[in-house]
Amino acid sequence: MLRCGYALFWLLGSVLLICVVSPVKGEAVVTREGSHLKLSESSHSNESQHGHSSNITGIPIISFKWHHVETPYLVAFWVLVSFLGKLVIEANHHVTSVIPESALLICFGFILGGMIWAADKVQTFRLTPTVFFFYLLPQVILDAGYHMPNKLFFTNLGGILVHAVIGTCWNAASLGLSLWGCQMGGAMGDLDIGLLQYLLFGSLMAAVDPVAVIAVFEQVHVNDVLFIMVFGESLLNDGVTVVLFNVFDAFVSLGGPKIDAAEIIKGIVSFFVVAFGGSLVGLVFGLLISLLTRCTKNIQIIEPGFIFVLGYLSYLTAEMLSLSAILSIVFCGMCCQKYINANMDENSVQTVRYAMKAFANGSETIIFVFLGISAIDKVIWVWNTGFILLTLLFVLVYRFIGVFFLTWILNRYRLVPLEFVDQVIMSYGGLRGAVAYGLAVMLDENKIKEKNLMVCTTLIVVYFTVILQGITMKPLVMWLKVKRAAVTEVSLLEKLTNKMFNHTLVAIEDISGQIGHNYMRSKWKYFEENWMSWILMKPSARKKQDQVFDVFHQLNLKDAMEYVTEGERRGSLEFVRNENSIIDFKKKSESESFDINNANMSNDHGAMSTTSRDPIPSVSLEMHEQIMKAVREAEAINAHHLLDQHLYKSRKQHRHRFSRSHFDINRDEKEVQEIFQRTMRNRLKSFTSAKMGVKPPKTIVKHTQKEQQQKMPNGKSMDKAKTSYSGDEGSEGDSASGYDQSYMRATYRAGAGIENPAFMPDLDPMDLLQIPPWLGESELDSSMVALSHRAQVDLPRTPSNLRRLAPLRISTRSTDSFTLENIPDTQQMDSDQLQPPPPPPRPPRDDGYV
Amino acid sequence: MGSRASRLLREEEIEEIKKETGFSHRKITRLYRRFTSLDKGENGTLSREDFQRIPELDQVNFRGFMRTLAHFRPIDQDNEKNKNPSATEPLNSRTNKLLFAFRLYDLDRDGKISRDELLQVLRMIVGVNVSDEELGSIADRTIQEADTNGDGYISFNEFIMVLEKGNVDVEQMMSIWFLH
Repeated sequence: MLRCGYALFWLLGSVLLICVVSPVKGEAVVTREGSHLKLSESSHSNESQHGHSSNITGIPIISFKWHHVETPYLVAFWVLVSFLGKLVIEANHHVTSVIPESALLICFGFILGGMIWAADKVQTFRLTPTVFFFYLLPQVILDAGYHMPNKLFFTNLGGILVHAVIGTCWNAASLGLSLWGCQMGGAMGDLDIGLLQYLLFGSLMAAVDPVAVIAVFEQVHVNDVLFIMVFGESLLNDGVTVVLFNVFDAFVSLGGPKIDAAEIIKGIVSFFVVAFGGSLVGLVFGLLISLLTRCTKNIQIIEPGFIFVLGYLSYLTAEMLSLSAILSIVFCGMCCQKYINANMDENSVQTVRYAMKAFANGSETIIFVFLGISAIDKVIWVWNTGFILLTLLFVLVYRFIGVFFLTWILNRYRLVPLEFVDQVIMSYGGLRGAVAYGLAVMLDENKIKEKNLMVCTTLIVVYFTVILQGITMKPLVMWLKVKRAAVTEVSLLEKLTNKMFNHTLVAIEDISGQIGHNYMRSKWKYFEENWMSWILMKPSARKKQDQVFDVFHQLNLKDAMEYVTEGERRGSLEFVRNENSIIDFKKKSESESFDINNANMSNDHGAMSTTSRDPIPSVSLEMHEQIMKAVREAEAINAHHLLDQHLYKSRKQHRHRFSRSHFDINRDEKEVQEIFQRTMRNRLKSFTSAKMGVKPPKTIVKHTQKEQQQKMPNGKSMDKAKTSYSGDEGSEGDSASGYDQSYMRATYRAGAGIENPAFMPDLDPMDLLQIPPWLGESELDSSMVALSHRAQVDLPRTPSNLRRLAPLRISTRSTDSFTLENIPDTQQMDSDQLQPPPPPPRPPRDDGYV
Repeated sequence: MGSRASRLLREEEIEEIKKETGFSHRKITRLYRRFTSLDKGENGTLSREDFQRIPELDQVNFRGFMRTLAHFRPIDQDNEKNKNPSATEPLNSRTNKLLFAFRLYDLDRDGKISRDELLQVLRMIVGVNVSDEELGSIADRTIQEADTNGDGYISFNEFIMVLEKGNVDVEQMMSIWFLH
C-alpha cells in the first residue's frame, strides 16, 4: 500500500515535471541541477566542516563556517528555490492556464522533496506548524484583509458568517460523526480512534483554506458576489476552525468521561469569546494603525513599516490571549485600509500595497512548495484505504450538502438569490489547504495514536482538492456558464449611478417606513464620516473623500499617463507636450464650450451647437493621429532646434542619493540660477523674433485651413492660426467650441516649446481674470471676429455667472485662449507662446513670469 | 382623523394594486398605514412638501405611491422564467428599474440627460468638498463617457449601455427588502 501511494506521487511528479520543463528545458534543468548540487553540497559540507574546524593550527586566512550561518542560509536558500520554482512555472503560460499555479507549486515541491530524500534518505525539511502559523500565514491573511473589498464583504456578511460558522461546524461534526459511524460499522479496519478524536479530525478538515481559494479563484474571475462568498467564508472559517480545533483538543485532553454539560457550554462560550475577542483585538490594532499614520508625515520612509509591524503584533497579541489570531489580523487589515490609504503619502500607500503583495505571494509560494515537499516522507505515510477514501468522499459530499442547505435558507432573505451554478461552484471551491495540514501536524501524538494517518489523510485531501479540484475548476466554471466578473473599468456615470442608487434606496426605505440595510448603512456612513474619519484621518486627507471625484481624478491621471506614453512611443518629447496640452484643453474646455452651447440653445445657433461638441471622447487617441502627422515634421525640426538651444546640460549631482530619508536630489542653487538666466535670455530672443512675425509652424497652419473653412457654417473668414486645428475634430468643427479649441491649439502649436500647461499648477490666475472676455471686445483684431460674435451672443449670461466659470477656465489651463483673444498687450502673449522649455522649467518660470 | 378612517382602502382597490405592483396583501396594508402617516395634509395624496428629492413622487395618491415603490421590489425569479409575452412588463423588471433610475437624472423629462441636469444631481450627491469647477468637469466627463452618438446628452439607450457593462448590479442596487 505504502509503496503504491509513493510510486503514484513519483509518477505524477515526473509527468508534471515534463510538462513544466519541456518548453524551457535548458533553464529549468539548470535550476534544478543547481539546487540539487547546492543541496548535496550543503549536506556534504556539514561533514567536511566538522573535520576542518578541529585542526586549526594558525590564523586561517579564510575559514568555512557553515554552522555559523546554517539556519538563515537555509531559510534564504529555500525562499530562493521556491521563488525560482515559481519563476519557471510562470514562464509557461500555456501550462498555468490549464493547471493552477498552486497545483504546479505543490508538484514542484514533490520534485524537490524527492531530491532531498534521494540525497539524505530522510526528509529533513518540512512545514512545521510554528513556521507556518507564525511566519508564513500572517502576511497572507493580512494581505487578504487589507485588500478586502469592504463594501462587498459587509453587504454579504450575513451569508458569509452563516457559511463560515454554521457551515464549518456542520462540516466538522458531520465528517467526524460519519467517520466514527463508519468505523463502528467496520469499514476501516482496526483503528484506535475515539469519537472525540474523530471530531477533532473533522474540525481540522473543515477549514476551507483562503490561500488555496485565492490561488485558484483569482485565475477564474467569477463574479464578485460568488467570489466574496467563497473567499470571505474561507477567511473567517479559518478562525472558526482554529477555535473549534482548540476546543476539541481540550476535550480530547480532558478525556471522554470528564466531559459534562458544563464543559460543553464552556466550550461553546469559549468559541464565541475567542472569535469575537480576536476580531476585537484586530479592530483595536486597526484603529491604532490609523491613528499612528496620522502623524507619520516626517518619517515617510518607514511609515509603511507600521502597518506590517502592528498587523503582526495584532496577530501575536491575539495568539497570546488565546484568541483567534487569524480573525484578528483580518479585521486589523480591513479596519485600517481606508484610513491609512487616506493618511499616508501616495508613495507609501504604493509601497504598502506592493510589499503586502510581495510578502503574501512569496509566502504563499513557499507554503505550497513545502506542502509538496512534506509529502515525500516515509514516516507520515500510513495508508488506510477506507479511512482516506471515506474522508475524501465525506469532505466533498458534506460540503455540497452544507452549502446547498445553507444557501437555500439564505436565498429566502437575499435580494438577489444565489443561483444553482453559483452554489455548485461554492461547494466545489471548498479547497482545503495548509491550515488543515498545519493543524494536523500540531496534533499530539501521545493523545492521538493515529496521528500519522490523520496527517497523511489531510495531505491527500489537500492534494486532491488543490490539484484535482483546482484543475477542474476552470472548465467547470466555463461549462456551467457561471457569471464572470466584469473586467471593464469603472466609468463616472456608473459610479455616480451607484451612489445615487444608494441614496435612493435609503429614501425609499425611509418612505416605506422600515429600517433596513440601506438605512443602517447610511447611518453608519454618517457616523463614520463625522466621527471616525474625524478622529482617524488627517484633516487634509478628509477633504478628498468623495468617490465620484476620486474616479474622476483617477481617470484623468490615467489619460495623462497614456498620452505621455503614447507621445514617448512616437519618439519626440516635444510632441508629447503639445499633444498633452491639446488634449487637455480639448477635454477641459468642453465644459466651457458646452455652457456656451447651452446658452446658445435658445437662439438660432441651437441647431448646430448641439452637434458642436466633440463627438469622440477625448480619451481616444486615434482622432489625433491626423493632426499629429501633419504637425510632426515641422515640430521635429523645431524640437531639435529648441532642445539644442535651450537644454542646459549640467552635471547631475546626486548628493542625496545616500540619504535614507530623502529620495529627491536637491538642486544646486547656482544651477537653478543659471537655468533661470538662460531661460530669460532665450525668452527675450524669442520675443523679438516673434515680434517680427516669424512663427515656425505657419506652413501646417495653412495646410489644414483649407479643409476647415468649408465646415465653418457662419462662413466667417478665419484667421489661419485660429482655424488650423479644428480639422481633427471631425464633423463638428464649428461654433464656439470649435473656435475655442482650434484657437488654443494653434496657439500651442505656435509655441512649440511651451511647457505643458495642462500639468502645471496655476501660476497667475488673477491677472488673467482681470480682463473678462466681454470687456476685451474693443481690443479684438480682425482675427477675433468669430469670438467676439460669440461673446455678444452670450451676453445674456450675467458677468457674475461667467465669473463663476472663469476659475474653471483657469484651473483647466484654458485661460490662454482668453488671454490671446483679448489681452491687449501682445508681449505677454508672445512670451507665453514662445517660451522655451528649460529642463527643469518650473522654478525659473515662476520667477520670471509673475 | 375621521376623514382618514372613512377613506380606508377598499378591497377591490387592493386587488388592483396587487395585480399591478405584485405586492402582497399584507404589504399593501402596511404601506397604506405608512402612506397615511406620511400624508400630513390628510387629503389622500402626498405632495412635494412630503417628499423633497424624489421627482417621481411629487403629488401622488396611494396608487402612484405603490407604483413607485414597486420599482424597488426585488426581481422575482419564477416570474422571470414563466413570463408570458403578452403580459405587460412588471414594474420591477430590470428595464423599468433602469428607467426609474434614468428619470432621477432626467429632471425635465425630455428623455435625455443634459449637462445641467447632471450637474444638479452631482451637486446633490457629491460631497461639499468638491468645488463647482470640479463638478463641472466631472459632469462633462461623465457625459463624454456615455454619449456615444455625440449629441451632448445621455439618452436612455446610452444610459443603459453604460450600466450594462456590469459594474453596477442593478438588480441588487435597485431593490430593497420590503417588510411584511
